[in-house]
Amino acid sequence: MTAETTSPALVTLEIDGRDVAVPEGSTILDACRRIGSDQPTMCWASTLTPVNVCRVCVVEVEGSRALVPSCSRRVEEGMVVRTDSEAVRHARKVVFELLASAVDLSLVDDSIRAWMAEYGCEPERFGPAAPPSDDRDRRQAGHHRRPTGETAETVHQPVKVDNPLYVRDYSKCILCYKCVQACGPEAQNTFAISVAGRGFDARISTEFDVPLPQSACVYCGNCIAVCPTEALMFRSEYELRQAGMWDPDRQEVVTTICSYCGVGCNLELHVQDNRIVKVTSPDDHSVTRGNLCIKGRFGYEYVQESDEPTPIDEVLARARADS
Amino acid sequence: MDLKLIGAEATEAEKAAIASAVPEALTVEVPGRVVRIRRDLRHYLLPAIDAVQSAVGWVSPGAVDEIARRLQVPPAEVYGVASFYALVSTEPRPPTVAHVCNDIACGPDLAAALGDRDDVVESPCLGQCDRRPAVFLQRAGTDDVVLAHATPDAVLAALDGDVGDDTPGFVSPGPLLARVGNVDPSSLPDYRAAGGYEALAKAIEMGPEAVIDEIVASNLRGRGGAAFPTGLKWRGAAGQPGPRYVICNADESEPGTFKDRVVMEGDPFAVVEALTIAGLTVGAEQGYIYIRGEYPLAQRRLAHAIAEARRAGLLGDDVMGSGERFDIEIRRGQGAYICGEETALFASIEGYRGEPRQKPPFPTVAGLFGRPTVVNNVETLINVPRILLEGGAAYAATGTEDSPGTRLFCLSGNVARPGVYELESGTTLREAVEAAGGVPEEIPYLLLGGAAGSLVGSDHWGMPLTFEDSRAAGVTLGSGVIMAFSASTDMREVVRRIAQFFRDESCGQCVPCRIGTVRVEEAIARANGAVDRRLIDDLDRAMKAASICGLGHTASSVVKSAIELGIL
Ligand SMILES: Cc1cc2nc3c(=O)[nH]c(=O)nc-3n(C[C@H](O)[C@H](O)[C@H](O)COP(=O)(O)O)c2cc1C
Ligand code: SF4
Ligand code: SF4
Ligand code: SF4
Ligand code: FES
Ligand code: FES
Repeated sequence: MTAETTSPALVTLEIDGRDVAVPEGSTILDACRRIGSDQPTMCWASTLTPVNVCRVCVVEVEGSRALVPSCSRRVEEGMVVRTDSEAVRHARKVVFELLASAVDLSLVDDSIRAWMAEYGCEPERFGPAAPPSDDRDRRQAGHHRRPTGETAETVHQPVKVDNPLYVRDYSKCILCYKCVQACGPEAQNTFAISVAGRGFDARISTEFDVPLPQSACVYCGNCIAVCPTEALMFRSEYELRQAGMWDPDRQEVVTTICSYCGVGCNLELHVQDNRIVKVTSPDDHSVTRGNLCIKGRFGYEYVQESDEPTPIDEVLARARADS
Repeated sequence: MDLKLIGAEATEAEKAAIASAVPEALTVEVPGRVVRIRRDLRHYLLPAIDAVQSAVGWVSPGAVDEIARRLQVPPAEVYGVASFYALVSTEPRPPTVAHVCNDIACGPDLAAALGDRDDVVESPCLGQCDRRPAVFLQRAGTDDVVLAHATPDAVLAALDGDVGDDTPGFVSPGPLLARVGNVDPSSLPDYRAAGGYEALAKAIEMGPEAVIDEIVASNLRGRGGAAFPTGLKWRGAAGQPGPRYVICNADESEPGTFKDRVVMEGDPFAVVEALTIAGLTVGAEQGYIYIRGEYPLAQRRLAHAIAEARRAGLLGDDVMGSGERFDIEIRRGQGAYICGEETALFASIEGYRGEPRQKPPFPTVAGLFGRPTVVNNVETLINVPRILLEGGAAYAATGTEDSPGTRLFCLSGNVARPGVYELESGTTLREAVEAAGGVPEEIPYLLLGGAAGSLVGSDHWGMPLTFEDSRAAGVTLGSGVIMAFSASTDMREVVRRIAQFFRDESCGQCVPCRIGTVRVEEAIARANGAVDRRLIDDLDRAMKAASICGLGHTASSVVKSAIELGIL
C-alpha cells in the first residue's frame, strides 16, 4: 500500500479566521475540535451516525442561507465557518431556551449548563411550565388541545418504572434519537423502541407503549449508556436518588473485565459505599464502544451477595419487591 | 431478522388487507426449481398501513404484528410510522369518520355546529377551499369521499352512508388547463384526440439530451414553492449514475392550495404523460406519484389513467415503442403536510417516518432509496408537454422574462367565483382578484403563497404575480395561493389557526421547529393586546436559521407579516 492510499487527502478551511487542515470526510465539528474550539452538542455521539436534530451545534457557513449543523456537515475545501457570530449565538441561545422550557434538563452534563450560561439563556420567558400530563403516549398526530398561553407546554409526565433494571423518565427526553440508534442498527439490533407520534407529541415508545417486559427489550442498557440527559437511568440510581442517597462524590469507578464470557468487555463499576450502583463501559474501548449485554450491565448482584445488607441494599431490595 | 412480535392475532379482514398491499415473497423460476428471493420489503410499509386503515378503520396490535411479520420490520417501528400520520388511528375508532375542515378558508362554523362526536374530527385544509366548507369522509371498507359545500345535515347524512353528488369547482383555463372540464378524464382516446401523447412521441424522437436542452431553454421554474429551474434539476439527476427515480409531488397540503387536485381530477393523463417524459429523459425506470390521502377522486382517476396507459403500451417494458422501460406507482399519503417536503416524501415512500433529511446531499444526487431523484410538482410537470410541443424558446418568450408561461392560482375566500385561475405571468394581484369577482376595496388583507407565505395589505394590489416581483416585494407566491379576507374576518383568528397548523404538522425531529411552533402558538393565544414582538422575533429568527427543513424555516412567516400589518 502506498502512503497516498493510507492517509486521506487534507481539506483546508477557515474557522473563525483560523486556517485548519483536516482529512477529507471530517465534519466541521471535527475540524473545530482539531483547533481546540469546542462546540455544544446534544444529539451527537462519537459512536453513532450524526442525526443532526438538536441543532445546538449549528454554525454559519459562508454562502449558506441557513445555519448548518457542524456535527454532520462534511468539510469542503475553502469553506469559511463562523462559530461565534451573532446569528450562531442567537440560534443556539433560543434552541437551548426552547429545550429547557419544555424538558427537565436537571441532570445534563455541566458543559451544557456552561453553554447555556454563555449564551444568556432565559427559558422562563416562555411562561411558567405547564403541569405534567399523562396522555402523551396516546396523542393522535395532527391534533392537540388548544393552548391558553398561560403556561408553556412541557413533556413532563410520570416516570415509567416497569422493570427491575432501569427506568424511563421521558420528562427528561430531548428526543435526540440516540437510544433508538443504539437499540437498533447502530449497536444492539433489537429494535425495541422507536420514535412514535409527531411534532411536539413525538416520543420514544415501544409498540403501542407496551411495558418493556412485553417488548423486545433484552436489557442490554445500551440506550442508557448513550442518553445525554439521564432520562434513561439504572433502577439502582433512580431508587437511591428517590431515597436521597445517591452521592456521586462518594462513588469511585473501578475498571475491570467482564467475567461472563470470552469477549473481554471493559466494565466500569460505579461503586458507592462498597456497593455497585451502576455499570458503564468506555465509549472509546475498541471492543465495546460503550455497549454491553445484560450480563455485563446488570449481572453484578452475585459479586455482593454474601455481604451483610447495607442501607443501599435495603433501598434496592424494597424496589425489587415492588416490581 | 429475529423479531419479537406483540403476540396479537390479526383478523381475517386485516390479513386480507395486508396481503393485498404486500407481495408474500418474490420467486423466480430457474430451470428445474423455484428460488425465493428475499429483499427489503420495507417500502411496502405505508401501503400496508394504508390498506389496514382503509379496510377496518384502525391499525390494531394484531395488524401491526402481521405487517411486522410479513415485512420483517420491528413492531415498534411499524407503530412509530403508523402513529406519525393523522389519517391513521392506532386506537379503535368508528368505521366512518368525518374530517371537518376548520382551516382558514372554511372557518370554524361547520365543525362547531357538529359539536363533540367521536366520528367527527377537525381537519386542516383539505384542498377544497374553492368549495368551502369541506369535509373528508374516511370510510372503512369502502371508498373515501369528499363533501364540498357541506352543511351539518349533509355531514350527518353522509355519516349514515348517504353521500350526495359532487360538483366540480370553477376553473378559468389557459393553455395548461385547456382540457379540464372539456375532455373526459377517463378516456385515453379522447385525451389523445385532444393532443395527448404528442409530446411523449416528440420526446422519444428528440432523445433525452435534446429534451433537457428545451426545458433549460424554456426557463421553467418549479411550482412547488422553491422556484428551482426544472431543466437544471433534470440535467443534474441525468448526469448521476443510475438507477434513478422520478416523483410527481402531489401531496398538495399547503393551506389554501387546490390547483394540483383540479389538474389531477380534470386531466389525469397529462400528469401521467408528463411524468413519463420525465422518466425517459432522466433515465428512470420507476416513477411515483405521491398524492395526499384526502384526494380520493384524483387518486382514482390517476389510477385509472395509469392502468389505461399501461394497456396501451404507454407505460411498461417498451414505452410507446421507444424500447425504454418506465412505470408509475401511486403512493397515498396518510395525512402529513410535511410529506410534501421532498426528502420527507422519500422517507415516507421508503417506509420510514416522514422526517426530512438534512441537505446536502440533494435529491438529484441522493434521493429516494439513496438514488438520484427528480421531484417535481404536478403543475411543473404539466408544463413539460407544452414546452416540448411549442419549443423551449417560444415558451420562454411568454409571460415575463424571469417567469415564463402561465401560473395556476388558487383564488378563494372573499371573492365571488373562487376557483383555479390559469393566468399569464405578469398579471397583477388586482387583476387576478378581480377576475375571480373580488372587489379590492372590500378586501383589507390577502394571504399570498399559503400558510408558509405571508399576509399582505392594500399596498400590494399593483404587484405583478411573478417570481421576481414577489421576491422584490419580500413575499412569495408559494403554491399559488391568493386567499382574500373581508373586513369582518377575525384576522387574529386566521393567524392563530395558521400557528396551530404548524404546531400540528411539524414532524418533531428538530428542536427549533418542534418546540418553537408550540411557543409561537402559545404567544398568540396569550396575547390579548399586542403580542410579545421580541419573543416572536427571536423565535422566528432561530427557526429560520436553525431548523432542518422548509417547514421550520417558514412556520412563523405569516405571524411576522401579521405583526408588520398591525394585526397582532
Ligand atoms: C413543508 C413543505 C411542504 C411541501 N409540500 C409540497 C407539496 O405538497 N407539493 C409540492 O409540489 N411541493 C411541496 N414542497 C416543495 C418540495 O419540497 C419540492 O421543492 C418540490 O416538490 C419540487 O418540485 P418543483 O421543482 O416542481 O417545484 C413542500 C416543501 C416543504 C418545505
Ligand atoms: S436496554 Fe437494550 S434492548 Fe432494551 S431498549 Fe435499551 S438498547 Fe434496546
Ligand atoms: S431517552 Fe435519552 S437517548 Fe433516548 S431520545 Fe430521549 S434523551 Fe435521547
Ligand atoms: S423543521 Fe420541523 S418539519 Fe422540518 S425537520 Fe425540523 S421539526 Fe421536522
Ligand atoms: S449535535 Fe449537531 S445537531 Fe445535535
Ligand atoms: S379546504 Fe378548508 S381551508 Fe382549504
